[in-house]
Amino acid sequence: MNGAVAGRDLRVLLLAPAVLAVLLLFIYPFAYGVLLSLKPPEGGWAANYARFFAEPRLYQTIGTTLLISLPVTVFNLLIALPMAYLLRVPSTRQRLIAAALVVPMTLGTVLVAQGMLTYLSPNGWFNRSLLDMGLISQPLQLLHGPLAVILSLVITGFPFAFLMLLSYVTGIDPSLGRAAATLGASPAAQFRRVYLPLLVPGLVTTFCLVFVQAFAVFPSAVLLGSPAGSTRVISLAAYEAAYEDFNYSMASSIALIMGAVQLAVVLLALAIRRAAYRGPASGGKG
Amino acid sequence: MRKFQSLQLDRVALRFGGFKALDDFSLTIRAGEFVSLLGPSGCGKSTALNCLSGLLQVSSGSIMLDDKRIDILPPERRGFGMVFQNYALFPHLSVRRNVAFGLEMRKVPKAEVEQRVERALATVRLGNQIDKLPGQLSGGQQQRVAIARAVAIEPPLVLMDEPLSNLDAKLRLELRHEIKRLHHALGLTTIYVTHDQDEALSLSDRIVVMRDGRIQQQGTPETLYNAPDNLYVARFMGYRNAFAVRMDGPCALVGEGIGAMRFDGLDLPAGGAAQSLAFRPDDVKLAASGIAAEVAQVEYCGQLWLVDLRTADGTHVTMETHERVTMGQRVQFHVAPERIRLFADAFVPEAG
Amino acid sequence: MHQSELGQGAFRIAFGVLMAFIILNVAAIVAVVAVNSFGTQWFTGWLPEAFATHWYSRAWKEFQLGDVLWTTALAVGAVVLLSVLIGVPAAYVLARVEFPGKRFVTLLFLLPLLVPPMTYGIPLATVLYQVNLGGSLWGVILANLVPCAPFVVMVMTPFIEQIDTRVEVAARVFGAGTFTIFRRILMPLLLPGIMAASLLVLVRTISMFELTFLTAGADSQTLVVALYYAVFAAGIRSAQSIDAMAVIYMLTTLVWVLIAFRFIDPTQMVGKVRVQKSS
Repeated sequence: MNGAVAGRDLRVLLLAPAVLAVLLLFIYPFAYGVLLSLKPPEGGWAANYARFFAEPRLYQTIGTTLLISLPVTVFNLLIALPMAYLLRVPSTRQRLIAAALVVPMTLGTVLVAQGMLTYLSPNGWFNRSLLDMGLISQPLQLLHGPLAVILSLVITGFPFAFLMLLSYVTGIDPSLGRAAATLGASPAAQFRRVYLPLLVPGLVTTFCLVFVQAFAVFPSAVLLGSPAGSTRVISLAAYEAAYEDFNYSMASSIALIMGAVQLAVVLLALAIRRAAYRGPASGGKG
Repeated sequence: MRKFQSLQLDRVALRFGGFKALDDFSLTIRAGEFVSLLGPSGCGKSTALNCLSGLLQVSSGSIMLDDKRIDILPPERRGFGMVFQNYALFPHLSVRRNVAFGLEMRKVPKAEVEQRVERALATVRLGNQIDKLPGQLSGGQQQRVAIARAVAIEPPLVLMDEPLSNLDAKLRLELRHEIKRLHHALGLTTIYVTHDQDEALSLSDRIVVMRDGRIQQQGTPETLYNAPDNLYVARFMGYRNAFAVRMDGPCALVGEGIGAMRFDGLDLPAGGAAQSLAFRPDDVKLAASGIAAEVAQVEYCGQLWLVDLRTADGTHVTMETHERVTMGQRVQFHVAPERIRLFADAFVPEAG
Repeated sequence: MHQSELGQGAFRIAFGVLMAFIILNVAAIVAVVAVNSFGTQWFTGWLPEAFATHWYSRAWKEFQLGDVLWTTALAVGAVVLLSVLIGVPAAYVLARVEFPGKRFVTLLFLLPLLVPPMTYGIPLATVLYQVNLGGSLWGVILANLVPCAPFVVMVMTPFIEQIDTRVEVAARVFGAGTFTIFRRILMPLLLPGIMAASLLVLVRTISMFELTFLTAGADSQTLVVALYYAVFAAGIRSAQSIDAMAVIYMLTTLVWVLIAFRFIDPTQMVGKVRVQKSS
């Protein structure tokens, strides 16, 4: 029963403003961008795309960005999964750690970048501690390269991966692990044979979301990397086309290529998932 | 199958901070017995079971299997089968793989695994569902798979945590017969947790009634049915007529003044002076002469009537009878003295 | 009932150490910004030479923080208000009504949350500039609505689904008209969810960089974008006043995050978008 008035349900009209907003502000710009990308200032309809894949300065951004975003994603998941598993039982500790992690995530990449610029500089606390402890003899050059960008993405992205995986892990009925224990499964076997197979869908979803975010990296690449060289990411190329060359057509093309690469990786991940598992995540009624 | 002679819980206690979930719990279980832990939620019965399985660590006391101390072992090393209230079947594994799980953990050779799985499923009569996924089965079928999974490993002991609570009434009855049949067929020692008095009565060799983490009484179903030790156990076993009582010489008095009920020839309680009294509705018999009462309410229950009688001083007595009565009818009733229990506990009105 | 935790000792310790290391370093990264903002000069050594607060007044003037904060407040407030106004009714419909194309509409609301802002931000900014909204406060507000309105829809839908429909029907049986039902029954029940959603939208929008960056003009920047520009031009500005600005940004964000913690479990702050926990 949904309290509907007999006949056509007029309440559907309440959807209108939100649907309109998404159509006008999301779908339409996307469609407009597709069209725009096919109308370059000079050349035929595919000229932008041809140019992108002809100029090294442009097509190399895909590789550069992948080289940054894939390690970030893999690292985040590798660390977040065991963490989420170890913290799956609701407790003050779980909530405190979650709260502590929410902070860098909300502060965002700009603030983290500014902090890292001071903290990781040759004179900063990080290098100082390592020097004082005798672990290094020269300050480490950590900034202005892919490493710093990767670090900042991990700092702001790891909490997201952790919280997502935590919600998946806690969605698995804890009595499944208990049942496995009574049947002779060690804690490692419980994880491997019960939790892991049930977490595959969640892992893949989290992988996709984390990757897609990392692939769109922008402020960290500019502030912490060397935007002209080793951290020239694809979003930077799109930005330059729009705001420095005022070539909106090219900018749209680059944005679409960016979206396409993201989509390709996501589809690949989903294909792998389909091969791995089919079924729900709870154990019977409960 | 590991044969054993006895399982002994000695003064097992479990404390969560200041809260005593289980206190001074001592119980000896002989091989082949079907023992039920009976009580309302929060009485500690599931806690006791989880201490046995190893899913909870005891705070003090010990658990011995024959002469081997097992409370220090983690659950995966105790080797007990366990059946859960919500079945806890692995949703990503077929019925076959679910039942095989425990055997695979024990590194049993493949051919033998297949054999034992098929045998276990045949025992619960689910052989033809062997390749289905749990999600494709009904609640009753899922629970039968869970039972098969627990017995496939041929454990010395099977623990069941309210396995029938999630099923509807008809299925509950069916599966109860199943469990009884299995117990006879396999002879597995079983420890069964329930809040349902009928389940405990029909399945058990011995019942342990619990409250607030402590054992109130343990005994055979007949003992608990006919001779509960205290008011709490009596109420749990269906002694719906419970009252505060005053002793007047050898006579027990319920109520005040002319309408007070008098009961003679009762056995005095062992624990102290009698303060409360209880008897079952089915022991209240209409008689030619006895205690006077008026029929306040009649409920037809098919085979019998559930009648609410009101005595002269306003006390209500519940009666189960095969005789037909009508509202407002004046009757006289009698309760055989050997069916009335006197307790040393102070009378406490039932909550709710 | 606790899961027994035997036999994982070394693994857990290793993880604890790793987690402590990570949290320590992140805390230090955030702390160094604060420390520097209070220091006079800091070239060598563990701490600045001396402490002072004059960087804050400098930063206030230098970066016109008064105006920036006001702009941020306006933009964020408008985004919260609008996304709740259009998101809650939409969530109500998704939770209560079955209609053809429902799955399509749900997907429509899911997409802006899955695609990162940078990807759709550039086409969006292009369109906004086309209609002369680019560079204005309204442009910023509209751009931020794209992730926030669907977010409200996704957060509120399961919340509304949990409210028993029979409550509304019962009210109707007792004679209440639609508006009364809305005012006296639905709104009080919805309020906690709306508050939670508003807080989350607020925090998201204050720290949302990409969309505002692409659509803001010189006088419609939010604090985080102004901060970016300051860090970007760090050669010209002094690091300490940038850090002072960063601390102000931190405080404005953290204040709302801490308020949000009062009402929302931190473990639920992200999962709401995708996962519905079956209770």
